[in-house]
Amino acid sequence: MINYLIRRVLYAIPILVGVNVITFALFFFVNTPDDMARMQLGQKRVTEESVRKWKEERGYDRPLFVNLSREGVGKITDTIFFTKSVKMFAFDFGRAEADGRDIGHEIRSRMWASLAIALPVFLVGMLTYITLALLMAFFRASYVDFAGVVLCVIAMSVSGLFYIIGGQFLISKLWNLVPISGYGEGLNTWKFLVLPVVIGIIAGVGASARWYRTIFLEEINRDYVRTARAKGLSEVRVLFKHVLHNAMIPILTGAVVAIPLLFLGSLITESFFAIPGLGSYTIDAINNQDFSVVRAMVFLGSVLYIIGLILTDVSYTIADPRVRLQ
Amino acid sequence: MTSPPIMPVILWTDALVFLLVAVIVVFAWHVRRRGHLLASWRKVVHSRSGMAAAVVLATFIAIGLMDSLHFRPRLAEDAGGLKVSYSVEMLSLFDVVATHLRTRPEKTYSAPLATHLFARETVEMADGRQARHFPRLMYGGAHLANPEAEWKWDVTKRALAGVAGAILLWGALVLMATFWLSKRGHRGVAEYWRLIWKGGSVVPWREILVTTGVLLLVLVPILLLSAKYHVLGTDKVGQDVFYQALKSIRTGLVIGTLTTMVMLPFALLLGIMAGYLRGWVDDVIQYVYTTLNSIPGILLIAASVLMLQVLMDKHAELFETVQQRADAKLLVLCLILGVTSWTGLCRLLRGESLKLREMEYIQAAQAFGVSGFRIITRHMLPNVMHIVLIAVVMDFSGLVLAEAVLSYVGVGVDPTMISFGTMINSARLEMAREPMVWWSLTAAFVFMLMLVLSANLFADAVRDAFDPRIGARPAAPAIISKHLPAAKNS
Repeated sequence: MINYLIRRVLYAIPILVGVNVITFALFFFVNTPDDMARMQLGQKRVTEESVRKWKEERGYDRPLFVNLSREGVGKITDTIFFTKSVKMFAFDFGRAEADGRDIGHEIRSRMWASLAIALPVFLVGMLTYITLALLMAFFRASYVDFAGVVLCVIAMSVSGLFYIIGGQFLISKLWNLVPISGYGEGLNTWKFLVLPVVIGIIAGVGASARWYRTIFLEEINRDYVRTARAKGLSEVRVLFKHVLHNAMIPILTGAVVAIPLLFLGSLITESFFAIPGLGSYTIDAINNQDFSVVRAMVFLGSVLYIIGLILTDVSYTIADPRVRLQ
Repeated sequence: MTSPPIMPVILWTDALVFLLVAVIVVFAWHVRRRGHLLASWRKVVHSRSGMAAAVVLATFIAIGLMDSLHFRPRLAEDAGGLKVSYSVEMLSLFDVVATHLRTRPEKTYSAPLATHLFARETVEMADGRQARHFPRLMYGGAHLANPEAEWKWDVTKRALAGVAGAILLWGALVLMATFWLSKRGHRGVAEYWRLIWKGGSVVPWREILVTTGVLLLVLVPILLLSAKYHVLGTDKVGQDVFYQALKSIRTGLVIGTLTTMVMLPFALLLGIMAGYLRGWVDDVIQYVYTTLNSIPGILLIAASVLMLQVLMDKHAELFETVQQRADAKLLVLCLILGVTSWTGLCRLLRGESLKLREMEYIQAAQAFGVSGFRIITRHMLPNVMHIVLIAVVMDFSGLVLAEAVLSYVGVGVDPTMISFGTMINSARLEMAREPMVWWSLTAAFVFMLMLVLSANLFADAVRDAFDPRIGARPAAPAIISKHLPAAKNS
């Protein structure tokens, strides 16, 4: 298992290099560093001198991928791509181009707000979806099941934007229960968190509950379930003990990958509810064309995704002892 | 020589949409001659919810196709008629049909079916005093002399006329369908009538006819009312919301279909190659899609769209009209969405190809010395088509929903292009108004829900018919065998 993990981590390196190449290529395909400097300095009265200075301060005064003026290894190492990427692998993200703040610090301080929403949504959501799916599986081929599936299909056909807009309108504006958006400090935070969390869970109910129901129904026709029933176990026990346990692998496949990515928060939810998390940080960076921040978030996202993939494999061994990682 | 009154314009997305239609026609013709494919499609046609959804979907597609025939009308000629110039504004066939919706802008917001503007305005009276009141609309209910007294009766009258018309139309349709079916099925009209309404026909005609009836009942009154009113109100600049909602359909359909169309070749080629050739090809392809997959999708899309924006600003001369520019952006958005979403299908196809290459018939082909290319096109491709088909129909609704979210983040379609996303985006701020402007959002919600829901239901029917894992269910309801021992033809 240790060998397997080491191999997976090593395999991640070329992927992360590839991710960096793609981000760089996308950004510099049309934008030259000069354009970037002008954009960040403001359009008006930008002198050659100030552009040069801006580039020098931030290390953009080198060629992009290949430096022909150098000898040997320097051809590759003395470039924007290399100098910026190497630091990235040490998780040193540098400073944002717009306001010069330290990106690493920013990520560390904003991460908790994202997590405060994403983690409850994930945990409570999983519990809700699995419970609903088990209920539908329990009442399979009856009107309860049918109504459940119909509701799920309708729920998954509604755009997530409408859940947010509708929820904000009903709960905050009409009934005045919780603030419409914002984020507080200390104990008051929960007031701001309730609505986004509840909406986050509801928005996912249709697709997830239906998907888990399909997984459970696939298991329910297996021989071991028949054996369990033949032994005289109650249907509830069959479902919760046998079916749920055996359905863990497909459930884990979809769920575990998402866990590390919870740190990044949700772009849409955070911007609608004005939550100072990483999602809104990313949206702002996209709108400001702040290359440093976008690059850092892409890199972080990829790292977390790869961690998620490795965790998924590890979780298989826990859920199913037959799985061995080699 | 007179110049033609219109100059047809084929936008990029138009061309691709009609190419897609052609592909579907060819595919349908291909399916007709192949029993095993036909059997699966029969299952789709026999699905109750699937066919009801197909009726709604067909209505949307008809509107979308009408909206894809573009032209530029001729402007009034100058004296000699020597120089002919065409309007910069591009119209579609749908725009012509909906001229009365398009060309009657109000000043600003007005509620559905209203006769007056939504906000008070200060008006100078004849005697010089100023008064604040709700001004009359320029077009909505303009035929009424005394709107306070007549409005209710006029709306009711038109709505009732619409309902009556819908019922008449539907009745005629039902009778025609029954006659035609009974003739084809070689049995009595009355017998067939009973069969349909008991839900006993193999093709679920009852569900199809009821859905059509409901559609007519909703649409005909709205169409009648829209001749004199703004049925769904007007937005901030006075544009008819009903018209916007109808125009959004094309954008949604284009995103939902063209995206999968542009990604299909990549996913098919790379997926099958990885699975069939294995070795270093497999490694490279797996590396590419893992890398692409590990970049958070929305960031990749945002970065690509921003890049495109800069590129378009630098080459503004490439586009003759604003619409052409917006259209090019829509197409590239499809491309970008396709590039970011092909990985899932590619992985599925790789897995299936890995399984297929161990099958006896592939090994037999290899033993006969059939070339790798031929094995892939002749033996692998047809056997993974069901996966492709399921993926295409399942992806559609997700893409329509994605468009709304992307437009909200600001990396979606061009702001000048009417789409569900831009509608929601501009309506979002109206929720904060007091009193609230709710109709734009509601219209976008209802239309989007209908489109996505019917697409989802149809996709489920297709999946149920083609997914080999779901094969155990009876193809047609058991009731058939009870009523009709030999119902094969209908």
